Amino acid sequence: MGLLSWLILLPFLTALAIVFTPGTRKSLIKWIALAGTGTHLLLTAFTTWRYWTLAAPDMAEMRTARVMKLYLVERLPWFDSLGIQYFLGIDGISMAMVILTSIIIFTGVLASWKVEERAKEFFALLLLLVTGVFGVFLSFDLFLFLMFYEVAVLPMYLLIGVWGTGPKEYSAMKLTLMLLLGSALLIVGFLGLYSVSGLQTFDLTRLAEVSFPAGFQKWAFPAIFIGFGVLGALYPFHTWSPDGHASAPTAVSMLHAGVLMKLGGYGALRVAVYLLPEGAKDWGLFFMALTTINILYGAFGAITQKDLKYFTAYSSVSHCGFVLFGVAALNLMGMKGAVLQMFSHGVMTGLFFALIGMVYGRTHTRMIPEMGGLGKVMPWLAVCFYVGGLASLGLPGLSGFVAESHVFLGGFFGNPWGSMVAMRTLTVVATLSVVVTAVYVLRGLGRVFMGPVTDPHFHELKDATLTERISTGVLVATLAAVGLMPWLLIDLIEASIMPIVNRLHS
Amino acid sequence: MEYELGFALRNAWLILAIPFLSFLLVGLLVRPLSEKAAGIIATLAVFASAAFAYAMAAEFLTLGAATGWKTFVPWSFEWLRFQERMAVHIGVLVDPISILLLVVVTTVSSLVHLYSLGYMHGEAGFGRYFTFLNLFTFSMLGLVTAPNLLQMFVCWELVGASSFCLIGFYFDRPSAVAASKKAFIVTRFADLGFLLGILILGYFGYQVAGEVGGTRQAFDFLFLTDPVVMGKLNAIGAGILGIPVLTLALCLVYMGGAGKSAMFPLHVWLPDAMEGPTPVSALIHAATMVVAGVYLVARLFPLFATSGDALLVVGYIGAFTALFAAVIACTQDDIKRVLAYSTLSQLGYMMFALGVASVEHPLGYTASMFHLFTHAFFKALLFLGAGSVIHAVHSNEIWRMGGLRRKMPVTHLTFAIATLAIAGIWPFAGFFSKDEVLAAALGSGHYGIFGIGLLVAGITAFYMSRIYFAAFWGGARTEGASHAHESPVIMLIPLVVLAVLSVVAGFFPIGEFVRFGAGHGAPHGINPAIAAAGTFAGVLGIGLAWAIYGSGGTARAEALARAFGGAYTVVRRKFYVDELYLFVTHKIIVRFVAAPIAWFDRAIVDGGVNLSAKGGRLFGFALGSLQTGQVQAYGSWFAGGAVLLVLVLWGLQ
Repeated sequence: MGLLSWLILLPFLTALAIVFTPGTRKSLIKWIALAGTGTHLLLTAFTTWRYWTLAAPDMAEMRTARVMKLYLVERLPWFDSLGIQYFLGIDGISMAMVILTSIIIFTGVLASWKVEERAKEFFALLLLLVTGVFGVFLSFDLFLFLMFYEVAVLPMYLLIGVWGTGPKEYSAMKLTLMLLLGSALLIVGFLGLYSVSGLQTFDLTRLAEVSFPAGFQKWAFPAIFIGFGVLGALYPFHTWSPDGHASAPTAVSMLHAGVLMKLGGYGALRVAVYLLPEGAKDWGLFFMALTTINILYGAFGAITQKDLKYFTAYSSVSHCGFVLFGVAALNLMGMKGAVLQMFSHGVMTGLFFALIGMVYGRTHTRMIPEMGGLGKVMPWLAVCFYVGGLASLGLPGLSGFVAESHVFLGGFFGNPWGSMVAMRTLTVVATLSVVVTAVYVLRGLGRVFMGPVTDPHFHELKDATLTERISTGVLVATLAAVGLMPWLLIDLIEASIMPIVNRLHS
Repeated sequence: MEYELGFALRNAWLILAIPFLSFLLVGLLVRPLSEKAAGIIATLAVFASAAFAYAMAAEFLTLGAATGWKTFVPWSFEWLRFQERMAVHIGVLVDPISILLLVVVTTVSSLVHLYSLGYMHGEAGFGRYFTFLNLFTFSMLGLVTAPNLLQMFVCWELVGASSFCLIGFYFDRPSAVAASKKAFIVTRFADLGFLLGILILGYFGYQVAGEVGGTRQAFDFLFLTDPVVMGKLNAIGAGILGIPVLTLALCLVYMGGAGKSAMFPLHVWLPDAMEGPTPVSALIHAATMVVAGVYLVARLFPLFATSGDALLVVGYIGAFTALFAAVIACTQDDIKRVLAYSTLSQLGYMMFALGVASVEHPLGYTASMFHLFTHAFFKALLFLGAGSVIHAVHSNEIWRMGGLRRKMPVTHLTFAIATLAIAGIWPFAGFFSKDEVLAAALGSGHYGIFGIGLLVAGITAFYMSRIYFAAFWGGARTEGASHAHESPVIMLIPLVVLAVLSVVAGFFPIGEFVRFGAGHGAPHGINPAIAAAGTFAGVLGIGLAWAIYGSGGTARAEALARAFGGAYTVVRRKFYVDELYLFVTHKIIVRFVAAPIAWFDRAIVDGGVNLSAKGGRLFGFALGSLQTGQVQAYGSWFAGGAVLLVLVLWGLQ
C-alpha cells in the first residue's frame, strides 16, 4: 500500500481505535485523536518532501504540458465492468489541500479538547469526516471522488445535528440537502462525461485527453461548476453556510469552512475548467459576475451581523467568492490566486472558528454587542483574532494578500474569451471589497476586544490554555509563513496549474 | 556594477534585516520575559539601523559623484512571482531620495525610541509599544528602499497597520479605538486607488515589457521610469472618459499617496490619530509615514512629469490642503491637533512643490525633498516638545498650560527653535526649504500657488506662535501648569539633538545631489526677493500672535473669536468634513446598503430556499393523501390511468 493510501487510511484507523476505546475514558480518546492527527501531520510533511523530490525535475517541462502529471500513483481496478478504479495520485494542488486539511484537523482536535458530551462518537465521526476529505483530494477517478465526498458529508450531518447549538436540526438538514443538491448536479455532469467520452472510464487523466463536443460542454460546464459551486458558497447557493456554521460545533466549523468549502474551488478548477475548456470560455464571464456578487455581498452582509459565527460565515462567503472568481478568470494568475486563496482562507477561517469557540466557551455568548474589552482579559485570543482579521483584509505579510493580489491581477488581466471591459469592470468592483472588509473586520473585532471591559464578569475569565495556544499558534504561524514566504506554496502549485491554462489555450 | 561598493552597500539587506529581526526578537521572545529589556533592545536595534544607514549614505555620497547619482539596486531576491515579467523582488533601491529618507527615518526613529524610554516609563504595554515601533521602523525602511511598486505597496500597508496598532495603543479608551479604526479605513479607501493604479500600471507595464523584450519586470521602478517605457506608456492614449491611461493610473496611485499624506478630502484621519502616544505622533504622524505619499509621487516623478496632468492634480490638491489645514489650525485648542493640522499644511507644501515641478523647471522636485527633510526634524521636535509639556501638565489643552517658560527651560528653548524653524525665520531650517518651495512655484509660473504658499507661510507663523505663547508665556492657568517641571534627561537629549538639526539642516546642500534631470537651470541659493517676502509673512504672523496671545490672557482671543462669529465656528468645527463622512458611512452605507443586503439574504435568498423546502413538503403531503389504503380508490386510479394511457398512445399513432 502506498503513501497516499496511508494518508487516507490513517484518520480512519484512528477513528476505529477510538470506536474500540471505552466511552468513559474521554481523555484517552482525545489523546488517541491527537496522536493520530499529529502523526498525520508528520506523514503529510514526509509526503510533501517525497512529492517535491519527485516533481521538482519536471517543473520546467510542465510549463508547456497539456496533461497534468501525477505522482505517487496507486491504481487498482474496482468495478472493472464499469471502468471504475481505485485511483489515487497527487499533484501540487492536491498537495496544498492535503497540507491544509492536515493542519486544520490537527488544530481542530486541539480546539475540541473541551468536548465532553459523547466525546467518543464526536471524535470518531470527526475523523471519519476527514477521511472523506483526504480521499476527495487524492482521488483522480471521478466515481471514487464522489464516494469520498459523500463520506465527508454524512458525518457532518450527524456532527451538527447532535453536537450543534441553536436550531441545529434545521441547519444540519438544510446544509445536507443543499450539498446533496450540488452532488446531484455533479452526478449528472459526471455521467455525461462518462458517456460522451465513450471511453468507459471515470479516470480523470484519460478524460482529459478527450475533446468534448462544444454542445455538450455548453451545458455540462455550468452543471458541474454550479454543483461544486454550491459547496464553494457560490451566490445564490450559499445560504446553507451561515446557518450551518452557526450551528456547528467548533471543530466541524473549522473543517467545514476551512476545508470542505475548498472542495468547491478545487473541483471547479480540476474537473470543470480542466475537462471542459470550451464550456469554461463560454461561461467564464458569467461566473465572474456571479462571484463578484459573492465577494461584495458577503462583505456587506457581514457588516451588520451580530452573531460572531454569522459574521465569519458571511466573511467566508466573500472570501470563497475570491476562489471562484480566480477560477473564472481563466488565466494563470487567477487560478493560482484561487488555490492560494483556498489555502489562505482555509487556515484563516479555521483560526476564526477555533477562536470563536474559545471565546464562546468563556463568555457563553457569541453576540458581538454583548462583548467588549475582552482584549484586556484574554490578550492571546485577541492577538490571534486580530492576526486572522488582518489576514482576511489582505494585509501584506500574511497569506491573504498573496492570494488576493493574484486574484485581482488575474481578473484585471482577463482572458481572450470574454469582454475585456466587462472583466475589468468586474475586477474593479470586486476590489471595493478591500475597503468593506476592513470596515467589518475592524468594527467587529473592535467591538469584541477593544474598549473598556463591559461586563464585570469578564474580569474573571482566563486567557488561552496550553492546548488552545498550540492550536491557534500553529494556525497563526501558517498564515505568517505563507505571507512572508509565498514562494513555498507558489512553487508547489504553479506547475500543476499550467496544464489547465495550456489546455484552455490549445 | 563597474564601481566597487563599500561594505554597507554590499550588505544593504541589513538595513531591512536589523529592524525586522529585532521586531521578531522583541515581540516574540523578549517581551514576555521583560518589558524593560524589550524597550532597550528595540532602541538599540534602531540605533544600529541608523548607524548602518549613515554608512550607506556616506558610501553613496562618495560613490555618487563618480557615477552621476545613478540609481541602482545592490540587493534583491525574488519574493513573489505572479507570472513571467511580473515578479516582485524584495530589495533595496539606492538613489539620492531613498538615501535621504533612510537618514531621516532612522534618525527620527532612533531619537523617538530613546525619548519613548522616558515618556512611556511605567506604562502598561511598554514592551508592546516598542514591538510596534520596531515593526513600523522596519516597514518604513522597506517602503523607502522599495525597488518596485509592489514592495512599496506591501510596506505601505504595513506602516498603515503599525500606525493602526499604535494609534489604538490605549485600546481600552473608546476614542483611541475609534481613531485607529478611522485611520485604517480612510487610508484603506485611498489604498484602493493605489491598488487600481498598480493593476493598470502592471497590465500595461507587462505589455510594454513584452514589447521591449529582455527579462525586465513590469513593477520595477527602474523599468517604469525608463524613458523608452514611459514613452510607450504615454502613447497608449485614452482609457475611460477620454482620460489617458497613464494619467488615470497615476491619479489613482496618487489617491493612495493622498490618503497616507492626508490630503484633502482624505485628511480626516490624521487629526484623530493624535489619540496615540505623543512620540508615535512625532515619528509616524509627522516625520515619516505621512510623507510616504510625497515620497511616492517623487519616486514616480518621471512618470508624473510625462503625464503632466496628473502632476497638476497633485499641485492643486496640495496647495488647497496647505491653506485649508492652516486655517483650521488657528482655531484648535488641543496642542497636538494644532500640530496635526500644521503637518497637513506642510505636507500640502511638499505636494504642491512637486506639482509645480516639470521637466523644464525641476526645482520643485528638489524643494519638495528639501522641505520633507527639514520638516521631519522640526516637526518631530515640535511633537516631542509637546509631549514633554503634556507629560508635565497632564493636559493637551493650550489654555490649561501657560508660563512654562521658566519651569521647563530646555523644552521651552527647543520648542521656540522649532517654532521659528517652521515659521521660516532665518537661519532656521524651515527658512531655506520654504524659500526654495516658493521659488519653485514662482519660477515655474504658478502664481496662484505661489500666492497661496506665501499666505500659508504667514498663517503658519501665526498659529505656531499662538500655541507657543499660550503654552510658555504669561502665568500658569491651572494647577497642573503651576506644578509642571522639566522632563527627565532621556527625553531632553532627543529634543536637543533635533533642535540642533532644526538649525543646521537648512545649510545642507541638498540641491547638489537631489535633483531631477540634468539639473541645469535649477537656481541654487537664496532668492532675495522671495526670502524677503517669506520672512515678512513670517514676522507678520508672529507679531500678530504676540499681540493677541503674548500676554498669556484669553480675553483678546475670545473677543476675536466673537468678532468672526459664524465663520469662526465653521472653521473650529473643521468645516464639518467629519460630520459629512459620518453621515455618508453610517447613515447611507450601513443603513441603505449593508442592512438591506443582510435582510435580502435572509428574507429573499434564504426565504427562497425555505420556500422550496415547504413546496416539497406540501407536494409530499398531497401525494401522501392519495395513499388511502382503500382498494376501491386504488382500483379506480388504476383504471383511470390505464384508460388515459391508451388514449395517449392512440393519440400518438
